[in-house]
Amino acid sequence: MSADPSAPHYTLYHPRWYRRRVSVWWWLQNRAYAGFVLREVTSVFVAFFAVVCLWQVRALAQGPEVYARFLARLGTPLFILVHVVVFLFVLFHAITWFNLAPAALVVRWRGKRVPDWVIIGSNYAAWLALSVAVAVLLLRG
Amino acid sequence: MRAITPLLWLLFSAGGTVAALLFPIHLFLTGLAFPLGWLDPPGYESLYGLLRHPVTRLYVFVLISLPLFHWAHRFRYTLYDGLQLKHLTALIAVLCYGTALIGTGMAAYTLWNLR
Repeated sequence: MSADPSAPHYTLYHPRWYRRRVSVWWWLQNRAYAGFVLREVTSVFVAFFAVVCLWQVRALAQGPEVYARFLARLGTPLFILVHVVVFLFVLFHAITWFNLAPAALVVRWRGKRVPDWVIIGSNYAAWLALSVAVAVLLLRG
Repeated sequence: MRAITPLLWLLFSAGGTVAALLFPIHLFLTGLAFPLGWLDPPGYESLYGLLRHPVTRLYVFVLISLPLFHWAHRFRYTLYDGLQLKHLTALIAVLCYGTALIGTGMAAYTLWNLR
């Protein structure tokens, strides 16, 4: 049977999806993709500052000398430069977070969906109010 | 893992909100305005006095812990999608959430034991 060379060649059925290999840099091909990845990457800078806060609390707990060393470290040019970059990314996180809030949270009031600009606006208002409160509390001392 | 996914998403979401609302002002003051001398920083005694208050301790705990979980969740998916590391799912999840847990534990320990 298999001796007939003119017979069509059949193989067992092996399903195999065709998948084009995607470069690791796929997100650079398009501005929207790049924006998405940039937004995702802000989390690293958020974590960085959370660690700085933890470091500050631990320095405060260990006494005035340790805390003075912490402050001196924050004043070095390297830390200032890093904090400028971290600040820009944290701002980017805040702005994209507020602007996406209506997509994550649908609020209904009297049976009607609250318009997006109200939700976004209240986020920015809360941001302003809390920022002022924190600044007043820290600058009073 | 699947059972606690809603909880992890909630932590991500709450942490993102805390970081968006409070990190810019804290970072601006602590990281830039105070070290550069634009504004006068609070002294050690007054800052420590403020930190000792129970409400402040809770606030600082939330300020540190929730954004760490926000990072853990988001960074996990950044690694999966951005670097195509889907095959390392379990390892990445343990590293990310584990780091957030360690940070949370350290914050809780320090804030709880303030004299």
